[in-house]
Amino acid sequence: MITIEQRAEFRKHFRNNIPTRLMTDRIVKGVVFCCVVVAVVPLGSILIEVIRNGGPVLSVDFLTQIPGAVGSSQLGGVGPAIQGTLLLIGLSSLIGVPVGVLGGIFLSEFGSNKLGNTVRFFNDVLAEFPTIVIGLFAFVMIVLTFGSFSILAGTFALSIIMLPIITRTTEESLKLVPVTYREAGYALGIKRWVVITRILLTSAKSGLITGIMLAVARIGGETAPLIFTILGSSQFFSGLDQPVDALPLRIWRLSLLPYNSSIAEGWGAALVLIMIVLSLNIGIRYIFLRKQGGGGGRFRIARGG
Amino acid sequence: MEEGDDLESQEVDRVETITRAPIVRTAIERSKYKLVAENIVASYSGVVAVKDVTMKFKEKAVTALIGPSGCGKTTFLRCLNRMHELSKGAQVTGKVLLDGQDLYSTREDAIIHRRKIGMVFQKPNPFPTMSIYDNVAAGLKLNGVRDREIIDQIVKGCLEMVYLWDEVKHDLKKPGMSLSGGQQQRLCIARALAIQPEVLLMDEPASALDPIATQKIEEMITELKKEYAIIIVTHNMQQAVRVSDYTGFMYLGELVEFGETVQIFENPRNEITAKYVQGQFG
Amino acid sequence: MGDKVFKIAAAVAATYVLAIIVLMVFQLINGSSAIWSKEGISFLTGSSWNAVEGRESYGAAPYIAGTFVTAGLAMLIGVPISMGIAMFMSELAPKFLRTPLSFVIELLAAVPSVIYGLWGIYIFRDYVRNWIEAPLNSTFGNSVWFLSGAPFGLDIFTASLVLAIMIIPTISSISREIMIAVPNSQREAAYMLGATKWEVFKMAVVPYSKSGLVGASILGLGRAVGETMAVTMLIGNATGSSAFPSSLFAPGQTMSSIIANEFAEASAGSLHLAALIGIGLILFIVAIGINIVAQLLVSRVLKAHEGAVLA
Ligand SMILES: Nc1ncnc2c1ncn2[C@@H]1O[C@H](COP(=O)(O)OP(=O)(O)OP(=O)(O)O)[C@@H](O)[C@H]1O
Ligand SMILES: [Mg+2]
Repeated sequence: MITIEQRAEFRKHFRNNIPTRLMTDRIVKGVVFCCVVVAVVPLGSILIEVIRNGGPVLSVDFLTQIPGAVGSSQLGGVGPAIQGTLLLIGLSSLIGVPVGVLGGIFLSEFGSNKLGNTVRFFNDVLAEFPTIVIGLFAFVMIVLTFGSFSILAGTFALSIIMLPIITRTTEESLKLVPVTYREAGYALGIKRWVVITRILLTSAKSGLITGIMLAVARIGGETAPLIFTILGSSQFFSGLDQPVDALPLRIWRLSLLPYNSSIAEGWGAALVLIMIVLSLNIGIRYIFLRKQGGGGGRFRIARGG
Repeated sequence: MEEGDDLESQEVDRVETITRAPIVRTAIERSKYKLVAENIVASYSGVVAVKDVTMKFKEKAVTALIGPSGCGKTTFLRCLNRMHELSKGAQVTGKVLLDGQDLYSTREDAIIHRRKIGMVFQKPNPFPTMSIYDNVAAGLKLNGVRDREIIDQIVKGCLEMVYLWDEVKHDLKKPGMSLSGGQQQRLCIARALAIQPEVLLMDEPASALDPIATQKIEEMITELKKEYAIIIVTHNMQQAVRVSDYTGFMYLGELVEFGETVQIFENPRNEITAKYVQGQFG
Repeated sequence: MGDKVFKIAAAVAATYVLAIIVLMVFQLINGSSAIWSKEGISFLTGSSWNAVEGRESYGAAPYIAGTFVTAGLAMLIGVPISMGIAMFMSELAPKFLRTPLSFVIELLAAVPSVIYGLWGIYIFRDYVRNWIEAPLNSTFGNSVWFLSGAPFGLDIFTASLVLAIMIIPTISSISREIMIAVPNSQREAAYMLGATKWEVFKMAVVPYSKSGLVGASILGLGRAVGETMAVTMLIGNATGSSAFPSSLFAPGQTMSSIIANEFAEASAGSLHLAALIGIGLILFIVAIGINIVAQLLVSRVLKAHEGAVLA
């Protein structure tokens, strides 16, 4: 038991350190605010520079023509790169979306077991995997086996990158569908797979679309795996077993050339790419916000590759 | 610093306009007020939970707050040390004077004055990763107490006051979370006592305790009363009668009646108070 | 009947992920077997890098070191800033600012790596060289070994800075969620003792969320280790023993950047290609280790958070 006298004695050891502590608090708040500024400045700078340097290059020709001869002062186009990127996105989705959605269905509807947990865990690990390793793998698997760089090899690599994202979003949006929907379906004697594909997938539609857009935004900016797979080309698409071009790859190649016209083209390509990626991301947010009545903030953004 | 008369007339006006029995203040008036809450209105996202409550708390006295669940006791208590505004969507207006100084006049007042107002929350919330010892000592370090020996003394003394010392003296290094619910609550009381506050706010401190521990805590309250102003929220009428000198009865966010405990329980002036203390509802 | 087929199809699709990972290990080992049988353990410890036929010799040590130095430096810079941002967004920012601000920070993550590289080469590099490297070098260059050498702008330091910028959104947004998940009763306990916001953060928020914050940082480390394009474009691309990180202002090389840089020169079936795939295998092992640890730490904390997908 502490007596009143003891308490008086104890209180003598309390220091009036409040001014210093309040000062520390204010300094920390200032520093923390600076952290935010430090992170926002590069984003602003990147956007400004890409628009400033890339804007003047943009034209119909730039978007549709093939690249100019290396070193010529004539401005070429990035038509094949845009076409290649769109093709890669489409073809990869052809594999990534169905497999990913099915995988997500498995995790959500049949996945509360050991296999489900293992898949879920490695799915998350794969989502964070260095994409260059995935590119090397596609190279060994497809390019070396078939003897040529091709859009197919690129598709294989990019679909692996898409897969974990789609699996994860599918699982999570299916889990948000109320149990009553499932029960109602089963009570009517409808087969499980019909309930899942007709009722559940329809109710989880916006979540699925979000996942697909996230995945698309992600692979749209991927560069590293393309080096080993599609190789790059200055021509338009000429067959599934042939090399193609892609925007990020083109930006890289252009940035390494010592000519002003190439660098200008690089900025132009960067502007096109950043517009695609950012509009996808802002679109995702729009869908999400509408669905959740503005309460969002839980959504995520596709990481640039 | 005392504007007792002003307060009084204000209060009576208000109470009368809503046709409740006038608040009784006889002995309360006579000595010094440690803590005065004036016109406290508190709400959550626009929904008012405490409606214009004015209440004065004396030094060396225990005031009990009673009332049915959801009537705003916790909310009001949390306004007294500016804890309410930390909740989501919470707003509060009014004044809280500690020794005549308003806690609500600047933002920093809260930090300056909270040290003098210890609080025990309705649910125990020890720091889970800190050891039992560090939980009790946490406030001391903030307040610049460096002397190891003094800290040891305070920790031991405070744990003794909540009758936890004998149970944990060999496990002071164990995390606070390793204790039982009732032990955690007592640890939290010790943590609040360690900063040597002048006012102690306790929100149902005995709700998780067994009868023996409850009795010990009540003894502790009686002991601390020699120096502190203590405000205790309780659902246990007997406890209110046993430990408190004054009792306030709250109902639907309003302070219906406030007076000496004996009077509130034996001779309530308000019908609702009478029903409540007789256990007819709530 | 239909149900069974459907379930099997779903199970096959789910198992695809596992199959890919297993196949990846197999193919990387297979593709690099030539280099392991030629160099053995000295592939990990050696530092010579010679692709001239007849005198071929490969050692990955400088690139392994380069990866850890750049990723470590990026963590050193990025983690505190990320924690600051997370603290600002979970503890300090006014409500109306929180959602838009977290959106802006996360947009940083959406910018493709190659655009960071482009911006790094033509914009950021000059600022770094003129405003940070040159002053540091002229003041400390003679006394501090890791600040020596004439700064050029395309070096370990610039690459690490850009890497730091790139991992900030990852670490800060996960950390923010972890901090938000700390129950308010913890904060109140600290406030009750008279703590300032900063003290509340130190006393109640950090201890409670420590393992999740470590996990978030390790996830950032995973990204820094695997990041390719921006680093390749900015690190200056040294090879052989000169690629050993000796000064922050010297060009270096990481595991991923050497693969990206030299891939075009390595012909199919060559030892050079096997060496690059071998480095890919090392990167695989490092990355899978880091990510497993990070997933274990983060998912435990954030498991309950619905709808949060990290792409
Ligand atoms: N965090 C909150 N958000 C919104 N409303 C709240 C919140 N906390 C309390 N309320 C509401 O405010 C009113 C008063 O609640 P308060 O917790 O003060 O009651 P109480 O008298 O302490 O009840 P109990 O005896 O059950 O603890 C209630 O109607 C409650 O629904
Ligand atoms: Mg309560």
